[in-house]
Amino acid sequence: MKDLHTLFRTSLAGLRVLVLMTLVLGIAYPLAITGIAQATMPWQADGSLVTADGAHTTDRDEAVGSALIGQVVDDERLFQPRPSAAGDGYDMLGTYGSNLGPTSPELVAAIEERKAEVAEREGVDPADVPADAVTASASGLDPHISRAYAALQVPRVARLTGLEEDEVRALVEEHTDGRTLGVLGEPHVNVLTLDAAVLAALG
Amino acid sequence: MSDVLPAIGQVLLLVAALAAAVPLLGRHLAHLYTSPRHLRVESAAYRVLRVDPDADQHWRTYTASLLGFSMVSVLALFGLGRLQQHLPLSLGFAPLPSDGAWNTAVSFVTNTNWQWYSGEVTVGHLMQMSGLSVQNFVSAAVGMAAAAAFARGLARSQRDGRVGNFWSDLVRGVLRVLLPGAVVSALLLVALGAIQNLTGTSPVRTLTGGTQQVTGGPVASQEAIKQLGTNGGGFYNVNSAHPFENPTPLSNLLEIFLMLVIPFAMAWAFGLIVRDRRQGIAVLSVMALLLGVSIALLTWSEMAGPGTAPHAAGAAMEGKEVRYGEAGSALFGAVTTGTSTGAVNSMHDSLTAPGGGVAMFNMMLGEIAPGGTGSGLYGMLMLAVVTVFLCGLMVGRTPEYLGKKIGQREIVLVALYVLTTPILVLTGAAIALTASDGLAGLQESGPHGLSEALYAVTSASNNNGSAFGGLTSGTPFWNTLLGVLMLVGRFLPMIFVLALAGRFASQRQLPPSAGTLPTHRPLFVALLSGVALVVVGLTYVPVLALGPIVESLS
Repeated sequence: MKDLHTLFRTSLAGLRVLVLMTLVLGIAYPLAITGIAQATMPWQADGSLVTADGAHTTDRDEAVGSALIGQVVDDERLFQPRPSAAGDGYDMLGTYGSNLGPTSPELVAAIEERKAEVAEREGVDPADVPADAVTASASGLDPHISRAYAALQVPRVARLTGLEEDEVRALVEEHTDGRTLGVLGEPHVNVLTLDAAVLAALG
Repeated sequence: MSDVLPAIGQVLLLVAALAAAVPLLGRHLAHLYTSPRHLRVESAAYRVLRVDPDADQHWRTYTASLLGFSMVSVLALFGLGRLQQHLPLSLGFAPLPSDGAWNTAVSFVTNTNWQWYSGEVTVGHLMQMSGLSVQNFVSAAVGMAAAAAFARGLARSQRDGRVGNFWSDLVRGVLRVLLPGAVVSALLLVALGAIQNLTGTSPVRTLTGGTQQVTGGPVASQEAIKQLGTNGGGFYNVNSAHPFENPTPLSNLLEIFLMLVIPFAMAWAFGLIVRDRRQGIAVLSVMALLLGVSIALLTWSEMAGPGTAPHAAGAAMEGKEVRYGEAGSALFGAVTTGTSTGAVNSMHDSLTAPGGGVAMFNMMLGEIAPGGTGSGLYGMLMLAVVTVFLCGLMVGRTPEYLGKKIGQREIVLVALYVLTTPILVLTGAAIALTASDGLAGLQESGPHGLSEALYAVTSASNNNGSAFGGLTSGTPFWNTLLGVLMLVGRFLPMIFVLALAGRFASQRQLPPSAGTLPTHRPLFVALLSGVALVVVGLTYVPVLALGPIVESLS
C-alpha cells in the first residue's frame, strides 16, 4: 500500500515534469532549430531543391527535384537511377527497401531480370552490369549510382543525345563525389544533377 | 584491396573522434551525477515543479519516481497518438489505431523506438516533435539516471539503501548533456543537408516531366536526439537511409559517433564515480573489444557478400545506399545493434546471413557493447558481478566487486536480471511462431522467415528497435506482443538494477584484501568478455542455429 501511494505521488510529480519537458524539448527546441536553420541555411533546411539549370532554390514550384533525392527518369536518352522499391519508384510517401533476404528466390529472379534489361539497354554483356544497377536501395530514394554504372551508360547517352562521349564523361566526372576525407562511403554520381547537366548541354 | 583500406580508415577516424570526446564527456557526466549544486535555471524549474531535488532517495522511492514518470509518459503519448487529428500540424492524418498507439507509446518511452508505421504517412509534425522527440530525450535520460544510481550505490558506504535523486538526475541529464548535444548536432546535420522546416507534402515537377511528392518536417532536430539518445525511431519509414535524415557519408559518420559517445562516456564516468578511473577503463575496454569484433565480422560479411542474391548481383548492395557503400552500411549496422539505437541506414532484412546474425547477436548480448545511454553501462556491470561471482566460486571465497560483498540476495537479483530478457525473447519467439497471426506477418519462409520473427522479438525485448523490415508488424497481434516485450524488457531489469544499487549502498565498503580479484586488469577484461559471450551463447545458440546459421550454411 505504501509503495502504491508513493507511486501515485511520483506519477503526479512525473506529470508536471513531463509537461515542462514537452514545452522545452517538444516545442521550444524544434522551433528554435527550425528558426536558426531557416535563417542561416534555408536551402538545406528546405530540402536541397534544384532547378533545371542546376541552380539552388527553396521554391518547390521552381524546382525539378531535390539534389538529395532520386527520381524516375522517363527519358531513355538520360542516365538511369537504381531500381527502387519505394511505391512505383522513388515515391517519397512510400519510402521502402525491398527487405528481401540474401537467399530469397524472388530477389534472385528480380536481379537476373534487371541484369538482362540493363545489358540489353546498354548493349553490354550481362556479366559487366554492376551490382548497384540491379539492386534496390535501402531508402528507395537513392540519388546516386556508382562510377561503374555511370561509365556503363556513357556510350548510350552519347549516342542517343548526339553529344561526344568525352563530353558526357566530363559531365559524369563533374557530378561525381569521391570518398569523403578519402575513407568515408563510396564514390557516387548524382543522377538528377547529371541528367540536368546533360539536358542543359543539349541546349 | 582498394575497398579494405577505406573500411579500416573510417573506423580509425571514428576511434580518434571518440578518443577525444569520451574522457571529456565522461568527466562532465561524473560531475553532474555527483555534484550537490544546481544550476539557477534548474532550481527555478524544481520550484515550479514542486519536487525536492536534494532528497537522497531510498532505492524504492527512486524506482517509484522513475516508474511513475515513465507510466505518465506512456499514457500521454498514447493519448497524443489517439488524438493527433485534432492537433495543429497533423497534416490531416487519422488517429493511430489503439494497438498501434499502445505499441508506439511503449516503444518511445522504453527507448526502443520500434516502428510499425511509416512516419511520412502516419504521424503528423506535432506528434513527431512534441510526443516522439520528447521521449527521445527523456527516455535516454532515464537510462542514464538508472546507471548513475547504480554507480553511486557501488561508490557509497552504509547509506541505508539511498541511491540519489531521480528528478535531479533526469533534469541534469537532459539539460546539461542531451539538449546541448542535440542542438549542436542538429545544426551540423542541417548544414550537411538534413531538412528542418514545418511544411507538409507537396508536388514538384520532375526533370522529365513527372510528378514527385516532396515531404517536409522538423527532421534534423529529431534526428540529432534520435542518434545521441540511442533511440533510433526514424522520422521516415526508411530511417537513417533516407537522404533527408542522413544525407552524406560525413553525416553518416556523425550519426555513428553520436550513437557511441554517451554509452562509452558513461563507462568513463563510472570509473570516476567509484573513484578508480581504471575500473571505468576496464569496462570500456570490454565494450570496445566486443564492438570491434562485431564491426569486423559484419563488415567482412557485407563486403564478401555470401548468399545467392549477392552472388547474382555481384555484391551485397540490395537494401544499401551507394553513398555509404557496404562498409559504411556495415559499420552503422554493427553500431546501431551494439548500442540500443536501432536506427538503420541499410535494410537489415537484406543483410547477408552472417551479417544479419551478427546484428542479432549484438542485441542478444543485452546491448552492452556499448549499449544504450545508461542501460549499456548497468547491463555490463551486472555481468561484471556475474564474473566476480564465478571467479569467487572457483577459488572458494566470498566474491566482492569494488569492495561490495556479493552474497545470496545480491546474486539472486543479478540472476533475475540476466534471465529476464532471454525469457522474453524465447517465449516471445515461441508465441509468434506458433500463432497464425504471428506467422501471417512473415515475408519469407524457411530459416529467413524464422530470422524475421526472432529479430523482431529480440529487438523489442532488448529495446533496440531495428527490424528485419520484411515483417509486417503493424497488426494487432504483433503490436500487442512487441509492446508487452518492450515494456517488461525495459523496466523489470531496471528494477533489479536499482534494487541491487540499494543493497550495495547499504553495505560497508570493504578494503581490498589479498584474495580480492582485481577488476581493472586485462585478465578481468578477458574474463568479462568471455562471460558475456558464454551467457549469450548458451542461451541463444539453438535458436540462432535454426535461423541465420542454417541460412549461412545453405
